[in-house]
Parts: sequence; C-alpha cells; structure tokens
Amino acid sequence: MGHSYKTPLLTVSDAGLYCADGDFHVDPWQPVDRALITHAHADHARQGSAHYLATDAAGPVLRHRLGDITLEGIAYGASRAINGVTVSFLPAGHVPGSAQIRIERGGEVWVVSGDYKLAPDGLSEPFEPVACHTFITESTFGLPVFRWPDQAEVARDINAWWRDTREAGMIAMLGAYSLGKAQRVLSMLDPAIGPILTHGAVGAITDILRAQGYPLPDTIPVTPDTKAADYPGALVVAPPGALGSTWARRFGKISTATASGWMRLRGVRRRRGLDRGFVLSDHADWDALNRAVAETGASRVMVTHGYTDVFSRHLAAQGLQAEVLGTQYGGDEAEDGPPEAAA
Amino acid sequence: MKRFAEMVRGVDQTTRTTVKLDALAAYLSEAPDQDRLWTVALFTGRRPRRAVPAARLREWAAERAGLPLWLVEESYAVAGDLAETVALILPPPGAPEDRSLTDWIGFLADLAPLDELAKRKAIESAWDRLDTDERFLFNKLITGGFRIGVSQKLMTRAMARATGRDDSDLAHRLMGDWTPETTTWHRLAEADDAGDDASRPYPFYLAYPLEQPPEDLGDPADWQAEWKWDGIRGQLVVRDGQHFTWSRGGELVSPAFPEFARAPDFLPDGTVLDGEILVWSGDTAGHPDSFNALQKRIGRKTVPKTLLNSAPVVLYAYDLLEWQGQDLRSQPLADRRAQLEDLFASLPLDAPLRLAPTVRFTDWSELAERRITAREERAEGLMLKRLSSPYQVGRKKGDWWKWKLDPLTVDAVMIYAQSGSGRRANLFTDFTFAVWNGNDLVPFTKAYSGLSDAEFRQITNWVRRNTRQKFGPVRQVTPEHVFEIAFEGIHESPRHKSGLALRFPRMARWRHDKPVQEANTLDDLRAILAQYG
Repeated sequence: MGHSYKTPLLTVSDAGLYCADGDFHVDPWQPVDRALITHAHADHARQGSAHYLATDAAGPVLRHRLGDITLEGIAYGASRAINGVTVSFLPAGHVPGSAQIRIERGGEVWVVSGDYKLAPDGLSEPFEPVACHTFITESTFGLPVFRWPDQAEVARDINAWWRDTREAGMIAMLGAYSLGKAQRVLSMLDPAIGPILTHGAVGAITDILRAQGYPLPDTIPVTPDTKAADYPGALVVAPPGALGSTWARRFGKISTATASGWMRLRGVRRRRGLDRGFVLSDHADWDALNRAVAETGASRVMVTHGYTDVFSRHLAAQGLQAEVLGTQYGGDEAEDGPPEAAA
Repeated sequence: MKRFAEMVRGVDQTTRTTVKLDALAAYLSEAPDQDRLWTVALFTGRRPRRAVPAARLREWAAERAGLPLWLVEESYAVAGDLAETVALILPPPGAPEDRSLTDWIGFLADLAPLDELAKRKAIESAWDRLDTDERFLFNKLITGGFRIGVSQKLMTRAMARATGRDDSDLAHRLMGDWTPETTTWHRLAEADDAGDDASRPYPFYLAYPLEQPPEDLGDPADWQAEWKWDGIRGQLVVRDGQHFTWSRGGELVSPAFPEFARAPDFLPDGTVLDGEILVWSGDTAGHPDSFNALQKRIGRKTVPKTLLNSAPVVLYAYDLLEWQGQDLRSQPLADRRAQLEDLFASLPLDAPLRLAPTVRFTDWSELAERRITAREERAEGLMLKRLSSPYQVGRKKGDWWKWKLDPLTVDAVMIYAQSGSGRRANLFTDFTFAVWNGNDLVPFTKAYSGLSDAEFRQITNWVRRNTRQKFGPVRQVTPEHVFEIAFEGIHESPRHKSGLALRFPRMARWRHDKPVQEANTLDDLRAILAQYG
C-alpha cells in the first residue's frame, strides 16, 4: 500500500468528522460549508450547513427534515471527486436511503459506516461490505449479549400480539422511530388482521418513502378527529415517546409495545413498562459488527458511538489497530427512546 | 420447562397485574403438582441448594461461547443479571428437549456428589438442550433470586383462583418453614388442615404512608398512635416450648437474635407477638439505640458474645396475634392491645421484651406537634392504627397508616457518574455527590434513585458530553449540577473520606436553580450529625 501521508484522511474537528484534503465534513454536528450525510437521523443530519451531499434515495426525507437546503444527490456506487479526494456512497442497510461513505486519497481508503446493519430488512438497500484500510464503525450494540432473532420470527410475534390484542377488544400501539424502524415494522405487518394507523411523525415519512417506491402497506393517518371506535382491531404505529402521552389517550384501553434492540435485555424491557418488547434493531448485533469489520479487511478500526471501549478492546485483542473516536452520534436506538416531538 | 418459561414470559413482559394474574393462575391450575409446588416455592424465595458456584458458571459459559472472560464481565455489568448474561451469550441449542421444571431441579440436585468436570459436562449438556428463555430460568435455578414481579399478594391471588381457597388463608399457609421436600401441593394449597407447623408465623399487616392530612381520618378517639420505630419488623412465635423469630421478609432469623431463646420461659405456648426488633443497651435513657447500633446485628447468622453485650436487642411489641393458641387477628385492635398489656403486666423485668408505648393525644394538631419530636424518641414518625381494626394480611389501605417525618436534606454537587445495570443499563444512574470543605468538594454519598426516567435521560446526555476523566466505569464530570439529597439518618463512618455516612440517600430534586457555590458544606453535615446521629 503506497500511502504515507502525514495527515490522516479524516480527523475529528469541533464540527465533526473532517477531511482536510477534500475540505468536507461527514455527518457534522455543527454547521459547515460542505456536509456529506450518511442518513437522515437527527444525530447524523443536522441543520445549518451550506451544501449537503447524500444518496438520491435519502434526498426526499432529508429535505422533509432539514427544510430548504442546498442538497445534491448521488447514486449508490457512483464516484465524485472533491478537491482531489474521491468519495462514493454504498448501502449501509440501516434505513431506506442510508449509506456508508467511502473516501479515497491516492490509494488509501477509509469508510465511514454511519449506522448500519447486515441482515436485509426488506426495505433498506442491503449492506455491502467495502474493502478499506480504515473502517469507522458504530458500536451501539457492541456486546455479545446482543444477538438478533430472525426478522420473520419477530414478524410472527408482532402479528400474534396484534391478533391477541384485537381479540381482547383493544387497540395495539407499537412504538417505533419515525424514520426507518416504523416503516420496517409496517412492512412486517399482516394487513389482513386490521386497519393500520400512523402517528403524524410516522405518517409523513411513510408517505415520502411510499412515493419513492418502497413497498409499504396502506396506512391511515391519525388526526385530531380520529375516534378509536371507528377502527376496531387497529394497530397504531407511533414514535416511542408518544406511548403514554396524552396523544395516546384517545385510543382508550390499548396494549403497548415497542421494537428495539434494547428489548433483548430483560431489565430494559421492564423499565419501559410496556406490555410487550420486540427485539428488532436497525443496528448491527455483536456477530454482525464483527463480521462487518472482518469483511472490510481493514487493519485499523475506529469505534464511534455505543460500547466503544469494550468493542475497541475486543478488536485490539484480535490484532487490529483499534481506537475510540469521540463523536456526538448516538440517536435513534442508542438513547433508547428519546421522546420525539409529536407532529 | 417450556410451559414454565411461557408462564414466566407472560408474567414478566407486562406491567398489568390482571395479565400477570391470568398467566400465573392458568399455570397453577394445570401444571403437574410437583411443578406448581416448585413454582410457588421459587417465587416465594425458596430455592434449591446451589449446585454450582456462580463464578464457575460464568467461566464455563465464556469458554462455551468462545469469549474472553472480561467480555462476559462487561456484558454482565450491562445486563445486571448473571443468569441472563449466560443465557444470551451461549450459542443456540444443538439438541432441544422439553423436560419439566421438576426434572431440571432434580437434574441439578443430582450434581451434588459429582466432581467439577462432571458437573461442567452436565451443565453444558443442559445448556445445549434449552432455548434462551429456558436457559435463563435454568441458570436462575442455580444462581437463585426469581424476581420476576410476582408479589406475595399476586401469588396468593393466583393460588386462590387455582384452588378456590381464600387468599388470606393461602397467605398464611405460605408462611413458615416449608420446602418442596417437606410438603406436597395438596398439603400446602388444598388440604383443609394445613398441617401442624409449630413455627408458622402470620402474614404481616403493613401500613400505607399517610398522604392526606390526618384530619381526614375523622374522630381522633377512633385511633391509636404509636411511635414508628426504626428497627427490624419481627414476629415472635412461641409454640410447643420452642421459639421462632421471623422477619418481615419471611425469613427465620432466630439464630441471629439469641436473646429471644428465653421467650418460652415466660410466654406460654400459643403466643405470637408482632413488633420491632431494636437494640437496647440501656445507655440512652429510656430510648432504644439508633439504627446504627442495630446495623451491627443485621446479616449475621451467629452473634459473638461481645456484640451480645454491647448491642443487645429487645422486641418492642405492639400487637398480639395469637394467645393461648387462639388466632386473635379478627378481633379489634383495642381488644388485642388490652390483652397485650395484660400479658406484659406479668412479665419479668429482665425479659427481652418491651411494650411499645402508645402516644396519647386528644386532637390531631397536638399529635402533629408530637410527631415533630419523633427523632428525639429515636423514631421515624408515627403509626396511626384504627382501634376497631382487625389484623389484616399484607399492605391494605384504610386502617393502618405510617406518618413519617420528612427526610433530612442537603444540597450537594454531582462529581462522579456511573452507568446502571439491568433495567438501567444504558443510562447513567449511579452518582457520587460532594459538599464543600473550604474550596474543596468532598464526596460524602452515592445515590441512585429519585429522578424520573426523563431526568435520567437528560443527565445521561449531559454526562456523555461533560466527562473530564474516566476511571474504569466511573466518569468524573464537571461539577456543575446541584441535587437535593434526602436521607433518613446519618452516622459517623471512618471508612468514608467525609467521616460520615447517610442512610437511604436518594435524589429528592434536581436543583437547576442552585449554583454550585451554594451547595451545602461539610460543616452543615456535621451539624446534622451532632443533632441526629
């Protein structure tokens, strides 16, 4: 490998991950001139930057969330030269439109994975391993207790719970992050069981993604006039923060559930105080994190948000050059249900 | 085990009591006798003898999963439960098999005479036959502590539904010294005569905290007031010439309190007293010693003679549940009290028993003034008991109230944070607090509870962004936030840097309004110690 530059390809500046040669940031947490965005979750895509670059697939939701921004789209796999640095966006499998960003300078390749998962979810463009020298990985679930069951098995459990709830004459309410998890859950539901309603925050994103061509079932938006009695046996998908809020009260007696990787832990399940907790994550589990690192062939791994100390120590024990990279990421599942603004 | 695991899942995954009750009652109605007997035993804190030390379990699981031990330890720190950690890290079962709960308990009992290698092989083969949920329960059989949200009340209600018996009768049957080896499902739950267990105590009647003004309780003449003592609630049973001391948690603690061994000398057979175990050294002019003295006696199986001399206990009796073999619980408190006072009139002075005095009052405002002096009496506040009340089972509203003093408080600065485990694994919940000593912040207590989930999330985000240094799992944070720390008592402690230690410290309020400079000082704490320690 003939690369021996003095400055690393990426460093952490006050504003975020910064590529000095290309003069751009990746997922900055402060406004910058040029921002490359892995995906539209709030901890990775923030307002105020002058120029944004993201996948074509991520564009519509980004515009919805960030408003009137200067956004350039790029196709998965296409290359773009920025001040002599070559960048491309490869599927991360995290949520629809999400990407890993590959950055190359004179033969040296870094990959910023953003958030990712390996198992296909039926909606998100499936994760592609990208060979690189330095891999920047998340570690939200970087402990061996986190292993995800098959999605088909979780889908059976969710639908069985919905059916039981319908039989008990109640409405089922499932908490899921409005971008990604909510649509994934929608695509797993059996619409024959009953009507599917969505909270405003979930409905808005779902409409955008459906219009983009992602296969999503028909949903009915919950409005101030919605009456539970009109939708017997319904399932409502809402952001986790909406469960237990005044908004949820209009549905009377409900059975509540949430879908998250944290539901793997009995203690967290109990703390949430819901009727059911389904183990379903948009982040890689322990085995997948390890496989992802191995498949990049990277000799150096930088670990961002999650169980950073543990996962980097584990990688170092495998003979990799591993270090913790301090960032301000850690949204969606990482914080286990920060209340999202009701919309 | 699958049916048992399904029931546990049903009980564990919901917070709705009705759903828990349905799941447990359905299981107790249909499970084989031996399985339901074991279920009741496990959920009331009885467990099989430990077949394997917990440390071995984690080593074997680590090897089986191909993980270094430190990684299992880190996982355990997050999951907060060894049985669960082991269940989650193991590879999926290779040869699933459904054997009954009782079979698996027998399987573990059979390990006792085996050498370590054979034990290990057996445990590994069990893991390979159980799915994740079943494994968790299998591991729990070894590590103990089935805390899955089944209260004694829920258990007796479920048994009542499964057997058609009255739930307070069942609550009484569940008390005492039985194990699945010494009884049967029929004897425990179904037979008309529950058998003659001389040791069996009565279920404790527990008071609710008084939240309304006492005036709402009506005519003061209908009520008896007592000091609320800060000791160990206990029941002293004398039958068949023997004595049995029971703690509120249903533990037989007779060996820990040998003072009561003389009880059969002056209490007739068929006597059961309810009261508070307190240290009475005689040094404190008519008062029991503080809880600090009692603490030396807690958790001891046997008591050295020097401690018996320096910290002797008495039972402060306030209720008489059985007299001459008759169950008095349905009689009004006034009658039980009269009988209790008669009994005490004839006791020798050196008996390790005291009659807990009542606090006389004619109107509620007079009683409110007495309450303020509770700490001087070494009490935590007052108990209010309706004179016409029967002795009920468990925590019931209406007739018995505890009217505690407001806690002591101090404003302190957060200086260290550590993440929680188990249900709070992904939050910073364990904090160290400091007060000023000159220009220095001196740590004096930890606190874990008292904030809302939203506040824990807020402080967690703040800690992530304001960590100055990491010491293993502990983070030193910028001293910026002041919390009001509430506590029930304070005592000297040479082991602590501050020289003192608090009892039941918790975060009462996050003082967003207070700058760090206005937190309390070590001198303030010493002044509280001088007054109440």
